[in-house]
Amino acid sequence: MKILICISNVPDTTTKIRFVNDNKAFDTNGVQWIINPWDELALTRALELKEGSGGKIEKVSVISVGSHGAEPTLRKALAIGADDAIRINAEPKDAYFVASQIAAAIKDEGYDMIIAGIESSDYNGSAVGGMIAELLSIPNVSSVSKIDVEGDNVVLKREIDGGSEVLATQLPFVAIIQKGVALEPRIPSMRGIMMARQKPLKVVEPVETESLTEFVDFSLPPAKAACKMVDPENMKELVNLLHTEAKVL
Amino acid sequence: MNFEFTEEQLMIRQAARDFAQRDLITDVIERDYKAEYPTKHVKTMSELGFMGMMMDPKYEGGGMDTVSYVLAMEEISKVDSSVSVIMSVNNSLVCYGINKYGTEEQKQKYLPDLATGRKIGAFLLSEPEAGSDATMQRTTAEDKGDYYLVNGTKNWITNAHSGSIYILIAQTHPEKKHHGINAFILEKDTPGISLGPHEDKMGMRSSDTHSVMFTDVKVPRENRIGEDGFGFKFAMKTLEAGRIGIAAQALGLASGALERSIQYAKERKAFGTEIANHQAIAFKIAEMAVKVENARNLCLKAAWLKDNKKPFAIASSMAKQYCADIAMEVTTEAVQIHGGYGYVKEYHVERLMREAKLTQIYEGTSEIQKIVISRTLLRD
Amino acid sequence: MSILVYTENWDGKFKKLSYELVSYGKGIADMMGTSLIVISIGDVDQGELKKLGDYGSDKIIEVKNGKLNHLINSAYSSIISQVAEKEGATVVILSNNFTGKALAPRVSVKLKAGLVSGVNAMPSSTDPFIVQKKTFTGKAFANVKINSVNKILTLAQNSYGIKETENKARIESFEPQLSDNDFRTEVKDVKKVTGKVLLTDAEIVVSGGRGMKGPENWGPIEELAGLLGAATACSRPVSDKGWRPHEEHTGQTGKIIAPNLYIAAGISGAIQHLAGVSSSKCIVAINKDHEAPIFEAADYGVIGDVQKVLPDLIEAVKEFKSEN
Repeated sequence: MKILICISNVPDTTTKIRFVNDNKAFDTNGVQWIINPWDELALTRALELKEGSGGKIEKVSVISVGSHGAEPTLRKALAIGADDAIRINAEPKDAYFVASQIAAAIKDEGYDMIIAGIESSDYNGSAVGGMIAELLSIPNVSSVSKIDVEGDNVVLKREIDGGSEVLATQLPFVAIIQKGVALEPRIPSMRGIMMARQKPLKVVEPVETESLTEFVDFSLPPAKAACKMVDPENMKELVNLLHTEAKVL
Repeated sequence: MNFEFTEEQLMIRQAARDFAQRDLITDVIERDYKAEYPTKHVKTMSELGFMGMMMDPKYEGGGMDTVSYVLAMEEISKVDSSVSVIMSVNNSLVCYGINKYGTEEQKQKYLPDLATGRKIGAFLLSEPEAGSDATMQRTTAEDKGDYYLVNGTKNWITNAHSGSIYILIAQTHPEKKHHGINAFILEKDTPGISLGPHEDKMGMRSSDTHSVMFTDVKVPRENRIGEDGFGFKFAMKTLEAGRIGIAAQALGLASGALERSIQYAKERKAFGTEIANHQAIAFKIAEMAVKVENARNLCLKAAWLKDNKKPFAIASSMAKQYCADIAMEVTTEAVQIHGGYGYVKEYHVERLMREAKLTQIYEGTSEIQKIVISRTLLRD
Repeated sequence: MSILVYTENWDGKFKKLSYELVSYGKGIADMMGTSLIVISIGDVDQGELKKLGDYGSDKIIEVKNGKLNHLINSAYSSIISQVAEKEGATVVILSNNFTGKALAPRVSVKLKAGLVSGVNAMPSSTDPFIVQKKTFTGKAFANVKINSVNKILTLAQNSYGIKETENKARIESFEPQLSDNDFRTEVKDVKKVTGKVLLTDAEIVVSGGRGMKGPENWGPIEELAGLLGAATACSRPVSDKGWRPHEEHTGQTGKIIAPNLYIAAGISGAIQHLAGVSSSKCIVAINKDHEAPIFEAADYGVIGDVQKVLPDLIEAVKEFKSEN
């Protein structure tokens, strides 16, 4: 079995969000780039599955669409334990563009399980995984919070509004994962970091694809009014404010 | 000149930061309070490869350079110097000493266990009456042909209880003074070794420190490091490298205190504005930042010299003395900036201040470093 | 040309978010001067379907099929696309909930429709089609232009509201073309949480953080939630420590919620937590640390020990309930 993890290169979650160029572009100055948190959990789970598979899962690969500047993120994935990496040499334009590039690059590579995060922490698209599945005409299971491999079968837990379901799926398929799939992301070991440069990182050129959407401009949420302090001895006052002023009770 | 880190060095720094921020921070205050050894953290640190970072991969080490080691030490020490001292002794005294001066047999026998943290090392030099003056070794190692017979007491030994591989410095030929001293590798379970009680320390309370007593302990001859009488030079040369680790630890204490102070100054309000807007606080932060930057540069310079096989003794002494002294200053200022909150355990900085004090004392006091630096400069 | 809204049902019933979607669809239909069609998949009775008319739908299309009792992404997205094509819908709207996130990308590819997920306002223009969404997990907004003829949107919950518009909607059934290929996943088991208000549906959320000190202290949180008909939530450290189930984790990597009232007890308000709750209409923070960043985000703040403040608040709410 071969597993592929789709990786987004995103700003560290503590990054102060600023825009430049008339608010038309995200200010990447001084930004530290990381593996999208959900993708990192996906990678961690894939490695756990591989290690527990007794050789049945022969390979865990990672793929990303991005310029040369995205390579440190891919090498971090290699340091964490991925076996090889693919970079599609193009600036990601929109979800459809990214999904089309990934689908084209992997359609003949024989991956049995393709895993994507439920969203990326920058543009919150929640789209790439499902689009890849549709482009490759294979099933997808979304909001997955648990993945297990039992023999030749993959068993998944899917979160739904108000509960959860257990699903079985034919292979190949796309799993779109959310929190829960792994406890916490793995930290690369010193040995892993040292080995990362020796692992294959293949660069492939993009295929001709259009993008269907574009960002026009960005804005920051308006500043919030100052917090009104209520005496801790007077909760009646708080309830009263919530009722008469905020009108939420 | 190039002040840029490599991608690997940055990844190592991030890994150390993630480990410290994910694991160490969760129970650092409690372990300090209870003086509890960080067993599970040392295990994780071993799995991540922090215990033998600079060892050759053929001995199961990480094959990293000293610059990487400094970066990792700084990040871990920002949060928990009890853990970083365990790492430092194992890496830059025990592993380094055996790797640099041991025989191939000794390396093959001991380094893989040490570099992977399967076994932890301790460095036994200090004695009740031989601290800064390490020439006055009272512990004796009598030459009995096939073995040496060791008697005496060692003091202030980090990893004495948790460690199982000791490097011991002892006197074989008292008449030759420090030229008669030898260094040995021995295993803690050798008959005749006993430990004193756990030392109740001011800081770094989560690391284990004991005195170690030797009563007719037989150490095989092949466990001696180097030629007969090489022990004192071995100890001094090893400490030269070890100082870089302690300098980086002190740097981490200072930069950790600075980070916490910056965050606090931006959040805490007084007289109607964040205290960061008061010049008294803002200037303190600026002064602390300059010291931290200087300290970091000294540390990295010493590490770079060592990595590039250039003489680094003076640089490591300068780094150790400066980093330790500014760690004390910066952590003290951090407590001041935090005011009353700085004096309680919850805000961490009082612990950093207690820990900083030790960096001025162990592995060569600040005064000893000044002797080393000045003697070298004034020698000719 | 028309607008198509997919309304999910829960055991044959619609929810507030279904009506919000229809209201939003009606708004766009009016902007574009076209009709609004709503599609429902699964077993929903006529009375329930008719309710969708109260929010402005012109036509309701129902698809019933015994194999569609569970969400099967391929089949559902295939049905929605077939209806969109048949009805000439150029804008398809789903919720930005789990189901919408599962289906929208597939529909997007099938219709070659540019997708904007998590929109939180009406389009600012329909030609060109520009609509606002949240980015950087609530830390910024973006205006996105859709260049393709067909368009697909997922609406962030609780961002538009419900608007009643009486309309005599007619109900039609539709028989989709489905193949075995649409049923390659199979639901083996379902676990439903009953008797609890769902976090994503809740108008009021009571949330606890590390300041609660331990899972044994959650009694007041649950009691207050029960009184207010609220859902319970928690911060990340709490779910990481296993004090509460991870379904309750709100924040950047957990659930993103937008209730009318969010009560944060013992939560310091790390930037990642605020990202998940900052769309709440009103935030109340209870924390003993007056410098906790949660107060920067809160509308009302109480500086005090949660163990003491919460019981007082519970009493005050009880009193309020008995008077109103």
